[in-house]
Amino acid sequence: MKNVTLTIDGKQITVPEDYSIIQAAKELGIEIPALCYDPNLEVVSACRLCVVEIEGSKKLETSCSVKVREGMVVNSETEKVIKARQDILQLLLDSHPNDCLTCQKAGECLLQKYSYKYGVKFRKHDGAMRPELMDTSSPYILKDNSKCILCGKCVRTCSQIKGEREVLAFAERGYDTKIVLDSDKTFAASKCVSCNRCVTVCPVGALVDKRLIGKTRAWEADIKTINCKVCDYGCEFEVLSKDNEKVAVRAKAPSNGRPLCLKGRLTTELLNVDNPDTPYRKIGGKFNETTWTKALGLSNVIDKIEKLEKKDEE
Amino acid sequence: MMTLEKLQELKEKSRLVLEERLKEEDNTEVKDGNFILKGDYYRKQTRIALRNCEIIRPESIDEYIALDGYTSLGRILTEMKPEDVINTMVESNLRGRGGAGFPAGRKWAEAFKYDSDKKYVICNADEGDPGAFMDRSILEGDPHSVLEGMAIAGYAIGADQGFIYVRAEYPLAVKRLKQAIEQAKEYGLLGNNILGTGFNFDIELRLGAGAFVCGEGTALMESIEGKRGMPRTKIYRTAQKGLWQKPTVINNVETLANVPVIFQRGTEWFRGIGTEKSPGTKVFALVGKVKNAGLVEVPMGMPLREIVFDIGGGVADDKAIKAVQTGGPSGGCIPADLLDTPVDFESLAKIGSIMGSGGMVVMDETDCMVDIARFFLDFTVEESCGKCVPCREGTKRMLELLEKITSGEGTEEDIARMESLADTISSASLCGLGQTAANPVTSTLHYFREEYEAHVNEKKCPAGACQALLEFYITDKCIGCTKCARNCPTSCIDGKLKERHVIDTDRCIKCGNCASVCPVGAVIKR
Repeated sequence: MKNVTLTIDGKQITVPEDYSIIQAAKELGIEIPALCYDPNLEVVSACRLCVVEIEGSKKLETSCSVKVREGMVVNSETEKVIKARQDILQLLLDSHPNDCLTCQKAGECLLQKYSYKYGVKFRKHDGAMRPELMDTSSPYILKDNSKCILCGKCVRTCSQIKGEREVLAFAERGYDTKIVLDSDKTFAASKCVSCNRCVTVCPVGALVDKRLIGKTRAWEADIKTINCKVCDYGCEFEVLSKDNEKVAVRAKAPSNGRPLCLKGRLTTELLNVDNPDTPYRKIGGKFNETTWTKALGLSNVIDKIEKLEKKDEE
Repeated sequence: MMTLEKLQELKEKSRLVLEERLKEEDNTEVKDGNFILKGDYYRKQTRIALRNCEIIRPESIDEYIALDGYTSLGRILTEMKPEDVINTMVESNLRGRGGAGFPAGRKWAEAFKYDSDKKYVICNADEGDPGAFMDRSILEGDPHSVLEGMAIAGYAIGADQGFIYVRAEYPLAVKRLKQAIEQAKEYGLLGNNILGTGFNFDIELRLGAGAFVCGEGTALMESIEGKRGMPRTKIYRTAQKGLWQKPTVINNVETLANVPVIFQRGTEWFRGIGTEKSPGTKVFALVGKVKNAGLVEVPMGMPLREIVFDIGGGVADDKAIKAVQTGGPSGGCIPADLLDTPVDFESLAKIGSIMGSGGMVVMDETDCMVDIARFFLDFTVEESCGKCVPCREGTKRMLELLEKITSGEGTEEDIARMESLADTISSASLCGLGQTAANPVTSTLHYFREEYEAHVNEKKCPAGACQALLEFYITDKCIGCTKCARNCPTSCIDGKLKERHVIDTDRCIKCGNCASVCPVGAVIKR
């Protein structure tokens, strides 16, 4: 592949010609803010936060979708760009609950991060807010629609596992747009397998790992990345410790074709967390408390082992 | 099998039959060898896209053929190379009639350039502007002209498959198209080996489910692919990677209806009509407070005034004209003092409106410009797909501000906020719908700012249209008949028999009953 040289914020860089501006900027150590962009997902340019100015073009362009060109001159933090970003963030905050104090995502939330960077604050207004729809049916995932910014990352990552998953989708239109499971079902009633792919990509607190809630938040936890041993994919998980106690395990974003699954996560949790919570199994559209043996599908294995060991003893 | 000679024979035969019928019905006349509809309204127009509408019977392929139908396709397939077809199109400078005005020839040339096992031609018949019915009339009145245009485009770019994306709310158009496709296939003018030339081209219908945004090219393709109708971000041009990632040309109904005529009569003739940069004609749906409402096709560059007054007969009830809205929800309001603006792509853009697909709404002194902006924003908010933040969230907030102003709660700051918001929505939205969503607001703010200011500062609606800002008042014309008081649902009118009555405005709900029952017109809005 050919390489092209371009200039971003006065710095030159040479990158392959199929790079988008945001990728080239990253190589230069310039972080262009983006909420819907993820290198592992299809580019949709929905959040518009990554807009930049390109010399020779009057319009703002989204740096996630525009490919680099030879001699291109990009300015990523002009007055016009900053104003657009501030307005976009303000529009998002105007529909977002002011809950950072108790939000599980605080410290890692991209909306919080960029609002801080661009000095945008919550404000009082008497206009519409997103309705407070919360799906509490799952012991693994909490979905809070009022915090959703509709970046669609969850929909895209879910649909990457064809057939088996493809659970999440957009529904309704305009301001009423929302993310639903199947035809607007709960986690329990839908065919969701609790793999938590959606949780790992959600930039805000709309989809959170319920088993983390109340235990610790990112900045006060020691975080160690480990690989799952359940199958060959070796998906990555993080073990979170607080005050030297391993309190939780959470999935890291899937990449390199790693699919993530509930069994892998629970196994990793069982092996790594000091006092793991009770596991649950979904049976007939309901989550029920279960034993670790059943949750990990080990009943037959353990029965057989016990039988064999008994024989040995005799 | 149909051949070029047989087509010629059929044409001559059908022409005689058609002439006979038209003579009998006597609502047409012949001008320069062409049939035109009788009457002043039509005589002042130049009908190219609508040439056959209301003249031929749309159910009859023979009548279409009688008026040179399919002769362009026949000639092109037997005499012209695809490159020549494209060159002719580029030369004609036919610009997209769907609104943006992109030259059709350049689209075709671009799609021709890419090698691919499959290419597509799409006819965008998802007409959705409020009050617009140009495309509908062509589909219902002359469906074959669109099919022929599509087949020519298919031959030019190397496509063998076409789709017409048509609104399901146009049942008659759908029926006529289905019938027309069937007839054309029967005659060997569509399908395999057209006119024995080896060229294959098939057309299928796809019905839209009523989402305005599906008129946007990329959302339209998503919809045809069976996905949710949301615009795509343009990493590649549609001509390179369009429908199912294959080179695709999307043309609007009216654009395609122009194509066969350009090949019949030549590019020189076509460029002789209209202006240099916008050749040809444009069809407008002239509606609103105008005497002769209806479809009007005129050469580009005709001043707005001529369309509204000479053809449209002026303002209904002889009220004063205040503005003309063009371009639907993406367009703007043009004030009366700019009525001499020629109607073409550039001139309209210069004054803050757009040509759009052809909506033209005449407004008089009783129309409130703030309320008009609110109306269009309401439409946009309803039709936003919800994908990108500026459009989904921004238009909603803008509508809230407009509602605040029209209900008398607005402030100067709200106007400033709206301007700032308009700027961001226009510059940061993903698709054309969002990028132009603020136009009704920016154009009315530009030309009618004093109306906004009257709403927020004096809490008055100068046009007397915003209900919340009105006050019903009984003048000294009152004869004290008590009718108003008896008909008031909230009993807020006081007065003795044969004495002037008074409305208690605090209790008045502004239903207007008093004004409609008053025998002497003493109740006024102010």
